Amino acid sequence: MTPVMVVFGLLGVVVILTALGMLLSRNAIYSALFLVLNFATVAVLYIILGAPFISLVQITVYAGSIMVMFLFVIMLLGAERLPGSDRLRRQRWIAAILGLVFVAQVILFIFFRGQLTAPVGTPPATLGSPQAVGTTLFTTYALPFEVTGAILVVATVGAILLTRGAALPYSPIRKEEK
Amino acid sequence: MTAMDWLVILPVLVLSGWALTVLLVDLWIPAKYKFITPLLTVLGLVVTLGLSLSKFGNPQSAFNGMVVVDGFAIFLDFIFLVSGLGAVALAYRYLRRMGIERCEYYSLLMFSISGMMLMTYANDLIMVFLALELLSIPLYVLAGFVRMEVRSEEAALKYFLLGAFSSGFVLYGIGLIFGATSHTELPAVAAAVGKSSANLPMFIVGAALLLVGFGFKQAAVPFHMWSPDVYQGAPSSVTAFMSIGAKAAGFAALMRVFVAAFPSLSADMSWVLWALSALTMIAGNVIAIAQTNIKRLLAYSSIAQTGYLLMAFVPYGNNQVLGDTVAAMLFYLLAYMLTTLGAWAVIIAVEKNGGEGLELKDYAGLGRRHPLLGAAMTIFMVSLIGVPPTLGFWGKFYLFRTALEGGFVWLALIGLLTSLVSAYYYLRVVVIMYMQAGEPETADDLWLRLVALTCAAAVVLLAFMPGSVLSLAVRAVLQIL
Repeated sequence: MTPVMVVFGLLGVVVILTALGMLLSRNAIYSALFLVLNFATVAVLYIILGAPFISLVQITVYAGSIMVMFLFVIMLLGAERLPGSDRLRRQRWIAAILGLVFVAQVILFIFFRGQLTAPVGTPPATLGSPQAVGTTLFTTYALPFEVTGAILVVATVGAILLTRGAALPYSPIRKEEK
Repeated sequence: MTAMDWLVILPVLVLSGWALTVLLVDLWIPAKYKFITPLLTVLGLVVTLGLSLSKFGNPQSAFNGMVVVDGFAIFLDFIFLVSGLGAVALAYRYLRRMGIERCEYYSLLMFSISGMMLMTYANDLIMVFLALELLSIPLYVLAGFVRMEVRSEEAALKYFLLGAFSSGFVLYGIGLIFGATSHTELPAVAAAVGKSSANLPMFIVGAALLLVGFGFKQAAVPFHMWSPDVYQGAPSSVTAFMSIGAKAAGFAALMRVFVAAFPSLSADMSWVLWALSALTMIAGNVIAIAQTNIKRLLAYSSIAQTGYLLMAFVPYGNNQVLGDTVAAMLFYLLAYMLTTLGAWAVIIAVEKNGGEGLELKDYAGLGRRHPLLGAAMTIFMVSLIGVPPTLGFWGKFYLFRTALEGGFVWLALIGLLTSLVSAYYYLRVVVIMYMQAGEPETADDLWLRLVALTCAAAVVLLAFMPGSVLSLAVRAVLQIL
């Protein structure tokens, strides 16, 4: 038991507990905040695993922008109080079976991991560093990077177009069909 | 990466840059002069077309083989850009007539064409995925262009959700292929499959997922569920463009990825494609018989056309016939584009505000009251069946011939029989136009008539020199890098 493994295990427990808290909380705001904590903890796990870039992306994109958007949506819609719903009750059996399958997979993996494939060699320390990612992004993958920019512009224009503007009189269907 | 790399993809750069420019410039155009926006769009499309055609006969690759600009790509670019020009001509007065005139239409159209062009250039799975998104997202928005109208919003939402779902399939497939071969460049993927380090089951699952994603874009049965509703709900000019562009782009992706990266799977994939093709031809043509709405009729007709086009891919691993089948597919796409564009021009001319004028019975008497439009529509219907003397006949003739060359006699037979079935619903439109009494009013729109008559003339005249058109397609195929 090295100290790193202890930290890793503690973080793992926090990840699982926050995920459960998010699922079981009856208040949508609490759920969202549990999810933020979950994302942040997973980000720390990434750092321990030697992937600082992914860790920062996790914090800025998921814990940052996406969760802020979730919170805004929840608060603007006033949907923080979730009604006790029976809708998912029927799916509990399926969930239990799938959960068992998952646990069985994990156990099998732990016992037989040595026999499956050759262990992956330790990657060089620079792999996945922000500098390496940036260099690749702006040299080898410059074109995909630019195309991604174009896609984001189109999506922004489309979102504005579809949510703003006056009611339009044209109708592609007959009146009586409505 | 050098300046040369960017020069190779200059047509796409110009078009997407122009799309942004038009979006901005339109803000300063006063309402009285809004006709400038479509004019600028046409200018951009024509310049792009010229730049693209100037590269014909000079295949190049760029960005370390991430994109290739070859004859195949340029032939398809021609189809995208001409259908884009058609979509502008169809939309110009139509949007105003329907009260949905907004400049973003033209800008989104150009972005979508940029995506389609990139799709034909793509030689790397990452580019394939990004091009697929760049061409799809503007189409989702355009489908919902008639905001506040339930059917149009339904079309946009349905297209968006199912499109995102199918993009997920493509992305998952790409992930598995990368996992199996540790490459995303198509030639490197093909080379890696032969080595022992490749994980073959994972690779096959990835290829199958890609096929599902592309099948969705092409509206192949059983991935066609979205298309009738989306075609009906979207504004007609968008539907016209979508039914040509998105489909052709799906075929470009299929052709690039399967021929370049999966030749080793051809023995097994052929039968999957065979079944897809047969199912699409049968289901599309049979369901079309029951339609009374002209937009839904053409939607099912376009599904059926996907089946005929898929026929060209069935023998894709057979190098002796591959060139012929791809050339036949390009020829068929050209015939399909001219026919579809013209047919939609007639539909838009008859369509009225409020969703009126879209039922088959609204076409009663069109042939006598508007002889030119009626004659044009007759030519398009005859061409879609595949009867001489039209381009559609030669398209089917070449496709069936290459299917026979590849040894797929039953598939050609199914194609022939379903074409006979399709004659029923296509000819019904003609019968209604000429045999039933009615006084249909058409829109007073010069551009629609121009598109309809030009397409009708092209469909008939080009049918008298199919050889020279086919030899162009063959030349395009010979340049494939």
